[in-house]
Amino acid sequence: MTSKILIVEDSKASRELISATVESIPGLEAIATSSGLEALKLLPQHTFALIITDINMPDINGLELIRFVKTHPSLRDTPLFIVSTEGREKDRDRGLALGAAEYLVKPFSPQSLEGLVRRYLKLE
Amino acid sequence: MNAAGKALAEFVAEGTEILESLGKELLVLDQQRGVEPEPDIINGIFRAAHSLKGLAALFGQERIAKLAHQSEDLLDRLRLGRISLDDQVLDLLIESLDVLQALLGEAAREESSDALNERVKVLGERLANLGSASSAADEDPLDRLELDPQVRSVFTEYEEHRLRENVRRGVALFRIRAAFDLSDFDTGLTDLNVRLKPLGEVVSTLPSSEPGGLSGIAFDLIFGSRVSEAELAAKLQGTPAQLFALAVRPSSASPAPAEPTPEMPAAPLALAPPSAEAPAAKKTTRRKSRAPKTGAGTPTPAEAAAPADPPLVKATSLRAIEPVLPAQPASDTSSLPAVRTLTEEPVTPRGPKAESESARSLTQTVRVDISRLDALMNTVGELLLIKANLQRMAESARVDAGVTLSKMWGQDLSRETRQLERKLDALQEGLLEARMVPVGQVFDRLARLVRRIAREVGKEIDFIIGGGDVELDKLIVEELSDPLMHIIRNAIDHGAESPEARLAAGKPRRARVSLQAEQKGNHVLIKVSDDGAGIDEVGVRELALRKGLITEAQAREMSRRELLNLIFLPGFSTARSVSELSGRGVGLDVVKNNIGNLSGIIDVWSERGMGTAFHITLPVTLAIIRALVVGVSGRTYAVPLNSVLEILSVKPAEIRTVERREVLDLRGTTLPLMRLARVFNHPERPTDRYFVVVAGLAQERLGIAVDELQGQQDIVVKSLGGRLQGVRGISGAADLANRRTVLVLDVGALLEEGMSSERRRA
Repeated sequence: MTSKILIVEDSKASRELISATVESIPGLEAIATSSGLEALKLLPQHTFALIITDINMPDINGLELIRFVKTHPSLRDTPLFIVSTEGREKDRDRGLALGAAEYLVKPFSPQSLEGLVRRYLKLE
Repeated sequence: MNAAGKALAEFVAEGTEILESLGKELLVLDQQRGVEPEPDIINGIFRAAHSLKGLAALFGQERIAKLAHQSEDLLDRLRLGRISLDDQVLDLLIESLDVLQALLGEAAREESSDALNERVKVLGERLANLGSASSAADEDPLDRLELDPQVRSVFTEYEEHRLRENVRRGVALFRIRAAFDLSDFDTGLTDLNVRLKPLGEVVSTLPSSEPGGLSGIAFDLIFGSRVSEAELAAKLQGTPAQLFALAVRPSSASPAPAEPTPEMPAAPLALAPPSAEAPAAKKTTRRKSRAPKTGAGTPTPAEAAAPADPPLVKATSLRAIEPVLPAQPASDTSSLPAVRTLTEEPVTPRGPKAESESARSLTQTVRVDISRLDALMNTVGELLLIKANLQRMAESARVDAGVTLSKMWGQDLSRETRQLERKLDALQEGLLEARMVPVGQVFDRLARLVRRIAREVGKEIDFIIGGGDVELDKLIVEELSDPLMHIIRNAIDHGAESPEARLAAGKPRRARVSLQAEQKGNHVLIKVSDDGAGIDEVGVRELALRKGLITEAQAREMSRRELLNLIFLPGFSTARSVSELSGRGVGLDVVKNNIGNLSGIIDVWSERGMGTAFHITLPVTLAIIRALVVGVSGRTYAVPLNSVLEILSVKPAEIRTVERREVLDLRGTTLPLMRLARVFNHPERPTDRYFVVVAGLAQERLGIAVDELQGQQDIVVKSLGGRLQGVRGISGAADLANRRTVLVLDVGALLEEGMSSERRRA
C-alpha cells in the first residue's frame, strides 16, 4: 500500500525535484500542487502521510496552511515539513511554533530530504 | 538531448518565464513613477526574484542565484518599507533585470564571460549599498492593533509590514469572515477578492478549520480599506462574508493631524475565537451563497444588515476618504499603457552592448495552454479510429478475393476518407494554434530596452504599446524582436526631437513612440510610429543621387513614397541630416531582409514635422500554409494563398506597356505585371492566354503571369540551405502530395522586385 505525500510549492522546478525525491522511496506517492488554496482542496480528498510546504506562496502562505492543518481535528497529527528559501529565523521559528516538524532551507540535497522523510515515516 | 541538457533547457525555460513576469511588473512600476507604488506589485517583483533565486540555486547557477538574491534583498527592504522607491532604486532594479537576462543568456549557451562577471560584481555592490533606511518608529503600530496573538503568529514578515503600514496611515482594518462549501470555496474566495480588491488591500487570507466538518471551510481575510464601513457592507451583499472591524488603540505618541485618533469603542471588538462565531458564519453562508443560484432575489433588509449586527466599531477615522485604487499613469496622452521614460540622470557607463542588446528570448520551448493540447490529442484519437476502420475495410477486401468493389463499399470508403480529411484539417489547425504566442511577449522586452535607449540619447519618451494580445507564430515573434528593436531605436534616436526642439516646434515636451499590432485577416500588421520630425525626402533624394543609388532621370520620376523607400537600400545613410551616431536608414536594408525572410513586407510613411511610421505586414504563420500550385515553362511553383487576391485570365493583347513596364487594366486601375518565366530566366512559351495571379501585401499589388494553375494544397515550407538561400523571390521549398518538391515564391520580394525592376532597367 502506498502512502501519499502532499507537496505544496509554487516553483515548478522545486516541486518536481521534491516529488522525484519522494517518489524515489518505494511505497510513496507524491501529490503536488502549486498553490495553498489547491492544497486545501486536496486535503479532504486523501489521507496524507506527510505534508511538505513552501512558505512564500501567492494565495495563502505556508504558515497559514500549517495553522489550518494543525487546528483541524482530522489533520492535526499529519507531520509537516517546511521547505523554503526564506532563511529568516522569524519565519522558521513561527513555522516550528505552529507545529511544523522540520524546516529545510533551499537549496537542500535530495539525500537530506529523503533521510528526513524516511525518518518521519519510519521507513528505515 | 541528454539529462544535463534537459535540465538546462528546463532551467532556461522557467527562468525566462520568471524574468518575463518580472519585466512586466517593473514596467508597471516604471509607468507609476512619482506615485505611491501598489504593495501587490512590489511584492510580485519580490516573489519573482525570490523564485529565480530558488530556481538558480537548485540548478547550480550560482551567478544568477547570487544576483537574484541581492535583488531580492533590496526588494525585501522595499516591500517591508525599510527603503523607499525612488528613481535610483527603480533604475537599479531595471538594470538588474537586464543583467539577469544576460546571465540567463550565457547560462543557455553554457558560457561565462569576464565582462559580465565584472558587471554582476559591480551591480551587486550597488544593490547592497542602495537605499537609506526609513526613520525608525518609536513604537510598533502593529502593537496598537487588537489582534488575536494566534492569528498574528501566522503572518509572514511581509504581511505584518502591510498591516503596520495600514495602521500607521490610519486605514481602517477589518476581519472579513466567509465560510464556503469545500466543493467551490476557490471560486467563492476569488469572487470575494474581486469585490474587495478595488476597495482596499487584502493583507492576509487565513483558512480556518472552523466551521469544520468535511464539507465546509472558512476564511478570515484581513482587509484594510478607506471605504466606509456601510459602503463595504453594501459591497459585500450577496456574498457569504461577515464584516468585523478591528480596533486600533490610540498611539501613545501625539497623533499627527493628518491621521486623527481613532474613536475608541466602549468594548473594543478583538478577533473573537473562531469557535464562538463559527455556527453563525456557517448558517449565514449557506443561506446567502444559495441565493444567487435559486434566484431568490436580493437579501432581505435584515440580511443586508447582518454584517453590521455584531458590535462593529469605527476602528479609524474615515474622514480622509481616498480609495486605495491602482494608481493611474500620469500621462494623459492615451488610454493605452504608456511606458514613460525619464532621462534626468546621466548616462550610466555600460559593458559591451551585445550582451543584453537583443530582445530575443532564450528558450526554444513553446509553452502552450494544456487545453489546446488536449483537444489535439482527442483529434488524434479520432483519427486513429478512422484509420482502423479504413484498415478493416481494406483487409476484408483482401481476404475475400471474391468480393468485387460494390457501390456500397465505395461509398463507405469515401465517407471514411472524408472523415479522415476533416479530422486531419482539425489536427492541422490545432497544431498551428499550438505554435501561436502573443506578440506582447516581445513587446514587453522591447519596452525595457526602449527605456534604456531613451536615457542614453537624452530624450523624453512616452512609449505606447497596443495589441500585445495579437497572436503570431512563435518563430515569427522571436525573429521579429531584432528588426523591431532597430526601428524603435531609430525612432528614439533620430525620429524624436529633443524636448527643447519639440517645445520650439509647438509640440508637447515628451515625444511619443508607439508600437501597435493589429490582426488583419490572415496577416498581422505591426506599426512602429513616432511623432517626431519626420524624414526629409529631399535629403534622401540628394543622398541617393550622391551615392549613385539612383540616376537623375530616375529621381525625377519618383514619387514621394518611392523616395522615402530609398532608405531601405543597402548602403544608404542619412547621417548628415540627422545625427553623427547613425542616420535614419542605417541598417534598414538588413531590417527589410529580416522581415522578408519572414515573408513579410515593410513600408514607411513620413510627414515632415508630423512623424514617421513603419508598417510591417506579416503572415500569421510560416509552418503550414495553403498554397496555389502554378506552372510556368514546364516548372511548378507554389504561391502562398494568403497573399493571392484573385486570378485573372488574360490574353497577350491585353498587356500594355507603360514607360517600359508591363501593366494590366484591372477595373480601372493599373496593375503592374510580372512574367514569372522572365524572373527565373525560363524560356517563354508562346501562349494564347496567361493566368495572372494577383498578389498583394499591405498596399502593394502585383500581377504574376503564369502558364497554368494546378490547384491548391497545404504545404510545409522548408528553408533552403547553401547557395539557394539567397535566391531572391524564393522563400523555400515544399513537398507536394505527389512527392514532387517545388519552390515556394516569396511574394513580398516579388512585389518589391515588380515595383522597382523596370525602373532599374531604365
